[in-house]
Amino acid sequence: MPTGKSERLDIRSSDDVVRVRQLTRTLAVETGLSLVDQTKIITAASELARNTLDYGGGGHVVAEIVENVGRRGLKLCFEDQGAGIPDIVAALKDGFTTGKGMGLGLGGAKRLSNDFAIASKPGEGTKVTIVRWK
Amino acid sequence: MDRIPILKFGDALLVTIQVDMHDRLATALEEDLTKKIVDHSAKGVLIDISALEIVDSFIGRMLDNIAAVSRILDADTVVVGMRPAVAITLVELGLSLSGVKTALNVERGMDLIRVRLDKPETEDADGEE
Repeated sequence: MPTGKSERLDIRSSDDVVRVRQLTRTLAVETGLSLVDQTKIITAASELARNTLDYGGGGHVVAEIVENVGRRGLKLCFEDQGAGIPDIVAALKDGFTTGKGMGLGLGGAKRLSNDFAIASKPGEGTKVTIVRWK
Repeated sequence: MDRIPILKFGDALLVTIQVDMHDRLATALEEDLTKKIVDHSAKGVLIDISALEIVDSFIGRMLDNIAAVSRILDADTVVVGMRPAVAITLVELGLSLSGVKTALNVERGMDLIRVRLDKPETEDADGEE
């Protein structure tokens, strides 16, 4: 359940990836996440923001502090209207990449989050949602 | 475009990353360092990342690349000052930086580099005596 605070950032350049990290950090502190958990979700956000930029051709992120049965968490939702991912299972495997990276981004972001959801349709884009709970 | 400053310190190069780097800045640092290793015939590169709040796969790969390239150019790279939370996150991300030498702080990092810098000099000194 959202607690009302929600922020949206466009991801169009590598400077925006830095801005996503900064926004995530601010909200992670506000959520009350531990230092290690802050570091994990900022790193996951960096990976997903770069994916949005490099593979999705740009898009945006919506960040919000959520609450579930008295537990607070930070939820990030990355969305692009790019080419989409034809084989999500393959894309989640470490080392799988269609670009210049190492293929750790998506699988790494999943490991660094408590909740992870991905929806993608070829030709329509990709939406990745992660939550790190306190 | 901004650049990360590279300081010359004897036969070693010293880099302190103090800003949240965007990807182009990281790539520029990789190129600048490679050039300076050759220009100064540097034998060691010390990279201080104590100010970095995160190391993601891109920066991790940059550190790996710098270490690999400097090795080929006959220089040792030591990464120092990684925060504990960054180390935990990096391993969970799937990056172990296996090709990079690390030390807990600048002092220990310099010791690692000095071991290598001092060796030939010590041998020379011994030879002269």
